Amino acid sequence: MIVLVMTVLLTLLAVITIVIIRQRSLFAVVILTGVYSFLMASVLIVLDAVDVAMTEASVGAGVSTVLLLATLYLTQSREYPQPRPAIIPLFVALGIGGALIAGTFGLPPFGSADTPIHNRTAPRYLAKSIEETTVPNVVTSVLADYRGYDTMGETVVIFTAGIGVLLLLLGRRRRYSSETGEEIQGE
Amino acid sequence: MFVLATSAVLIALTLAVVRAIRGPTVFDRVLAGNTIGTFAILLLASVGFMTGRPEWLDIALTYGLLNLISTLAVLKFFRHGDLAYDIEEDGEP
Repeated sequence: MIVLVMTVLLTLLAVITIVIIRQRSLFAVVILTGVYSFLMASVLIVLDAVDVAMTEASVGAGVSTVLLLATLYLTQSREYPQPRPAIIPLFVALGIGGALIAGTFGLPPFGSADTPIHNRTAPRYLAKSIEETTVPNVVTSVLADYRGYDTMGETVVIFTAGIGVLLLLLGRRRRYSSETGEEIQGE
Repeated sequence: MFVLATSAVLIALTLAVVRAIRGPTVFDRVLAGNTIGTFAILLLASVGFMTGRPEWLDIALTYGLLNLISTLAVLKFFRHGDLAYDIEEDGEP
């Protein structure tokens, strides 16, 4: 029965993806992406990934629908003539997709305890964490100490994205203010 | 019994997706999108009981709250043409 549920949900996902690509009305695309997110969240729940499903439902169906609608309001849409179908990109995409699928056959079995990540790093973190870092929480010591450079890189990426968004929004507001001539003093 | 209910919800979900795809007007699509959210909640609940995990019902309730947000945003967009409209400008509370 679970197989049947998954089959129906994944088929609907594939159909909706094709329709989103071929759809010309941007508003319909916004609605269909929300539908896609709800179906994807259902798939993730059936796969027992409840936390990922919750993120998908709140971000995909909730927040990004609002963001896409705001984008529709703030921008104009213009349709370019349909480009001719290109053969080479299709083959590149098929080749990369085939390589990725072939790569999954080399992975260890799902949930296997014999993989290197379970046998080398994790026991060492658990054994030496307090001795080496004097942090009582192992998760904190892994994130902020053993993987400190990784975490710093992530923080830099998020910081840069935030600055970019702020610059875009401030630039827009200033232009708007210079047209009306009175908003800028209040800000 | 839960198998039967799940099958019925799946069929209804498929029909709603067909309406969201074909829907001639925008309002058909908005309504179909909201209905699909509702069917996702029902599917969660029935699959949860079918596989012996009734605690999925709590997740389904949270989905119900989330389903409201996007529909409200879409309808507000239609009513005011803007998501952050000015109350004083429109002259209504």
